[in-house]
Amino acid sequence: MSTAVAVAGVGMHPWGKWGRPFVEYGVHAARAALADSGVAWSDVDFVVGGETVRNGYAGYVAGSTFASALGWNGARIATSYAACATGAQALDTARARILAGLSEVALVVGADTTPKGFLAPNAGERWTDPDWLRFRLLGMTNPAYFALYARRRMDLYGATSEDFAQVKVKNAKHGLENPYARYRKEVSVGDVLGSAIVSDPLHLLDICATSDGAAAVVLTSLDYARKHGLVDPVRVEAVSTVTPTFPNTVIDMPLLATDHAAGGAPERTFKESIAQAAYEEAGIGPDDVDVAEVYDLSTALELDWIEDLGLCKRGEAEVLLRAGDTTIGGRIPVNPSGGLACFGEAVPAQALAQVCELTWQLRGQATGRQVDGARVGITANQGLFGHGSSVLLAR
Amino acid sequence: MTTTSTPAVAGWFTTGDDPRLVASRCTTCGTLVFPPPPPEAASFCRNPACDGETHEPAELSRTGRVWSYTDAQYQPPAPYVPTTDPFEPFALAAVELPEGLVVLGQVAAGYGVADLAVGAEAELVVETLYADESGERTIWRWKPVVELGEEADQ
Repeated sequence: MSTAVAVAGVGMHPWGKWGRPFVEYGVHAARAALADSGVAWSDVDFVVGGETVRNGYAGYVAGSTFASALGWNGARIATSYAACATGAQALDTARARILAGLSEVALVVGADTTPKGFLAPNAGERWTDPDWLRFRLLGMTNPAYFALYARRRMDLYGATSEDFAQVKVKNAKHGLENPYARYRKEVSVGDVLGSAIVSDPLHLLDICATSDGAAAVVLTSLDYARKHGLVDPVRVEAVSTVTPTFPNTVIDMPLLATDHAAGGAPERTFKESIAQAAYEEAGIGPDDVDVAEVYDLSTALELDWIEDLGLCKRGEAEVLLRAGDTTIGGRIPVNPSGGLACFGEAVPAQALAQVCELTWQLRGQATGRQVDGARVGITANQGLFGHGSSVLLAR
Repeated sequence: MTTTSTPAVAGWFTTGDDPRLVASRCTTCGTLVFPPPPPEAASFCRNPACDGETHEPAELSRTGRVWSYTDAQYQPPAPYVPTTDPFEPFALAAVELPEGLVVLGQVAAGYGVADLAVGAEAELVVETLYADESGERTIWRWKPVVELGEEADQ
C-alpha cells in the first residue's frame, strides 16, 4: 500500500519582524496555499494548526484559531506542538488521517510572532523544568548549545571559522531572490568573522535570528488529487517524527546531561536516526536525494545535518562545502531557500516552510534559486525534548 | 557575621575537598540519571528495557574528558542571575565522565575557552554562582586539569 499523499498547494507569509498577530500571518499563508491548490476552503475537512507558545490562548489552540479565522466550515481540527519540529508533527497528523481514509483534504498551518533577543523560558520559578534550570544554574543559552556542536567540528574534523562563514555566504546568496526571506543581502566571510562572537566559536552572523512568519500546506489523498485534476503532484513520501532511542549520547538542548550509556554509544545518533526513519519509510536512499532543506540554527549545524542525512560521511561536510557541492548548481544543493540564515526562525512555521520550498523546487517553480531537475528532496529538523522531523518529498 | 554557603540546588552535588556530582541509580539495572529527580518524585528508570521504580544516590567520578566547550559573551536572559555589572563572560563545558554520561557545567572562574580542548581532562569543583537572601549559593563547575609540563609554560 502506498503511504504517499499529495501536496496540493503551499503558501507562505514573508518572514520578518512585522509585529502583527500570528493569526494574520497564518491566514495569509493558508489562503495562499488554498489558492495554489485550487481547492475551496469549504472542501477542507481537517485543519491542523502548529501551536505557538508565546501568543496566549489563541496560540495554544492554533488549529481552532485558524479554522475560525478562515470562517468555520465544520472541519475537524487538531493542534500540534513539537517545538521546532511542530510543522512536521502537524503534517504527520494530517497525513495519518488522510491515509486512514478519514479525511480527503487537510490544511496544515504554522505561524508565529516572536519576541526580541535570545529565546528565554516563560517567567516563574520552575526548579524541575530543565529549560528553566539551564538558564538559572548554567546561563546556557540556545547559541551556547549550537557552539558546543560547532567546536566539536573544529577540534575533531578541522573545521574553521571560515568554513562556518562560508555556509552563511552560500545561504545568503541562495536567498537573494526568495520573496519570502527576511534577509536578502549578500554577506561576505569578512562580515561574518567581523561580527561579534556570541558563544565561541560562533559569531552573531553564524546564528539565526527569530522571526515572524507563516507557512501552510494543503494535503490531499492521491485519489482526491486524481479526481480533481491535480496532474503529477509533489508527493509526501515519508514523514519522520521519531524520538531518540536510549541511550541518547549527544547532549540535546535544553538538557544538562546525556543519557547514561553504560554499554557504549548506539549504532546511530538521534539526528542520524531521524533521516534514517524517513529513508526507510519511503524506500528512498540518500543517493537519490537532489536537494535538502536543513535546520541551520547555526552555520555549523548545517554541516552536521548534511552528515546526519547521509549525504556524505561523518566529518566530510566541509569538503562538500569547499567544493561548492552544497551550492545551487552543485552536486547536492543544501538550503536553496536561503535557510534559517535568510529567514530567521518562526518556530511552528519553520518545518512547513521547508516543505513549501521543496515543493516549489520539485515543481520547478523556485524562481531565482531553482535546483535544476530536482525530483527528490528531504527536510531535516529537530525540536526540543526529543522531537525528530524529516519530510521526504518526491515528484 | 557568618557567611552561609549552600548549593543553589539541593542534592545534585556534594561539597568539601572532594566534591562529586550525585546521580540517581536505578536499583534494578544500575542506569544512572543526572540531574537526579527530586527525592519525593516518582522515578521511572530511563532504560526502556527496565521497569525499575526505585533509585538511590550515586556519586559520579570527579574527573572526565571535555566533550566540547564554549562561552557566553553576552549576559544570558533571566532566570540567569547576573553577579557583575557590567557582565563578565564565562566559559561552559560538556564533560564526559567514565561512567558514560556527558554533563554540562560552567567552567571554573579564571578559565576560558583558550584553556580547553576536546578530549582534555577536567575536574569538578564547587564555586559560588550567586548570592541571595540566604547567602552564597554554590554550583558545580569544570576546572581544566593542567598537565605537568604545561604548568611550567604558564
